[in-house]
Amino acid sequence: MTSVFQIIGPVMVGPSSSHTAGAARLGNIARRICDEEPVRVDFYLHGSFARTWKGHGTGKALLGGIMGMDPADERIADSFYLAAETGMQYNFHTADLGEVHPNSVKIVMQTADGRIWEMLGSSIGGGKVTVSSINGMDIEFSGDYPTVITFHRDQPGAVAQVSEIISRHNINIAFLKVFRSSRGSDASMVIECDQEVEPELLEEIKALQVIKEVMFINAGLTPAK
Amino acid sequence: MYQFRKGTELLNLCQRYELNIDEIILRCEMEESGQSREQIWDLMQDNLQVMQDSISRGLDPDLKSVGGLVGGNASKVQFYMEKDNLCGKTILKAITYALAVSECNAAMGKIVAAPTAGASGILPGILVALAEEKDYSQEELVKALFVAAAVGKIIAANATLSGAEGGCQAECGSASSMAAAAAVFLSGGSPEMSLDAGAIALKGLLGLVCDPVAGLVEVPCSKRNATTTAVAITSADMALAGIKSFIPFDEVVEAMYRVGKSMAADLRETAAGGCAITPTALRYAEHMLSQQSEG
Ligand code: SF4
Repeated sequence: MTSVFQIIGPVMVGPSSSHTAGAARLGNIARRICDEEPVRVDFYLHGSFARTWKGHGTGKALLGGIMGMDPADERIADSFYLAAETGMQYNFHTADLGEVHPNSVKIVMQTADGRIWEMLGSSIGGGKVTVSSINGMDIEFSGDYPTVITFHRDQPGAVAQVSEIISRHNINIAFLKVFRSSRGSDASMVIECDQEVEPELLEEIKALQVIKEVMFINAGLTPAK
Repeated sequence: MYQFRKGTELLNLCQRYELNIDEIILRCEMEESGQSREQIWDLMQDNLQVMQDSISRGLDPDLKSVGGLVGGNASKVQFYMEKDNLCGKTILKAITYALAVSECNAAMGKIVAAPTAGASGILPGILVALAEEKDYSQEELVKALFVAAAVGKIIAANATLSGAEGGCQAECGSASSMAAAAAVFLSGGSPEMSLDAGAIALKGLLGLVCDPVAGLVEVPCSKRNATTTAVAITSADMALAGIKSFIPFDEVVEAMYRVGKSMAADLRETAAGGCAITPTALRYAEHMLSQQSEG
């Protein structure tokens, strides 16, 4: 059932739950993917994001999210200025991202070590979002739950090994989804948990032989409508 | 125990437990969320505080929205209401505050979606104006927010609160309905009267389309917050005078949903109909696009 705080709430910076609050949330999730403040970000805005981003402050919200601000953070209005102060480079481009939701953005981040990170996500209304690809791997999650994402070799037993570690830490799994890359040997697991996940657990997963990379995304509850 | 989906179910619960709507919905929330009364109360109180702050921010005469189409209008009405006027002070004050929140929203200020960001001015506008004019306490205002939430929850469960799905009747219409019920509650009306006021307000706004100029939450949204605030107050007064809604609240909600379903996509937040395709709106949209591409 709908909580009263989905009716009177969320608290958010205006003007639009889809174009501002959802954009901040997408930026915030992207930040957690590279797990540090990037030195350079490129935003590729699609559809309605491309047409109305300025008037909705979508750009400020995306950039604020990258700097770790949540959708209720009033500093979002000053995020361009704040980014300039820290020396972060950022660019907005309009783009046709193909058959995606009208409020979509591809975020390409570069961290200080030169690594490139990429995320494709959409703001689907009421401040809710979905992420549909990370670093070229097609996956799907909402960010509504503390989420563990693995990138691993598509081998038998990989899923069992990871879920064994999670259950040993007494973490309840809300949803578990497995994705395979069309290119062949790569796979990905999205594990949405009911609780916060400690760093030791992530280290244990990372130490598994089949695992190439682990990410942990905790963007807090969706400020749902 | 305290769960409800329909207005009739809510009224039955009020009758059975001899409680008003605010207490039923609070107990329902405790049941569904597992949170304590204090936790839930505090969260709602925080929301009230954000609403009050957004009013103060929006009263700034120099406020400018991101798209440049609104800002400073709340301050104009605030000044005007002290002079000879038509509506009288209570309505004008409510309109002032509704405009203030909506202009704060359009200027990237912090607001509480109620039930959405676009329609965020109506509920705080009425509640804070009534509190000042009639000396209601903060506690009474928090209770009134719970009453509004109950009405919104019924609309969410049986129809929609989204302009993209149901047009502006689902956003400003629902907000006005929620605010009317809350105003009746504050004035000491019965739960039945609250839902009658909610029904009258929603009927008055049935069919309202969503047609944001250039897709921005500025025109007609901001002034629509003010006009639908006036609808809420007049509906509340009618219910308090003893007028019943001939169509019961639940049936009005169903009607609103049906109307939303049959609304053309052009009139549901796509900026492809209504005010959004008037020559003035199209000229502005073009100007905005050209500015945007210049960086
Ligand atoms: S016109 Fe559309 S965007 Fe504006 S307040 Fe109404 S529903 Fe929201």
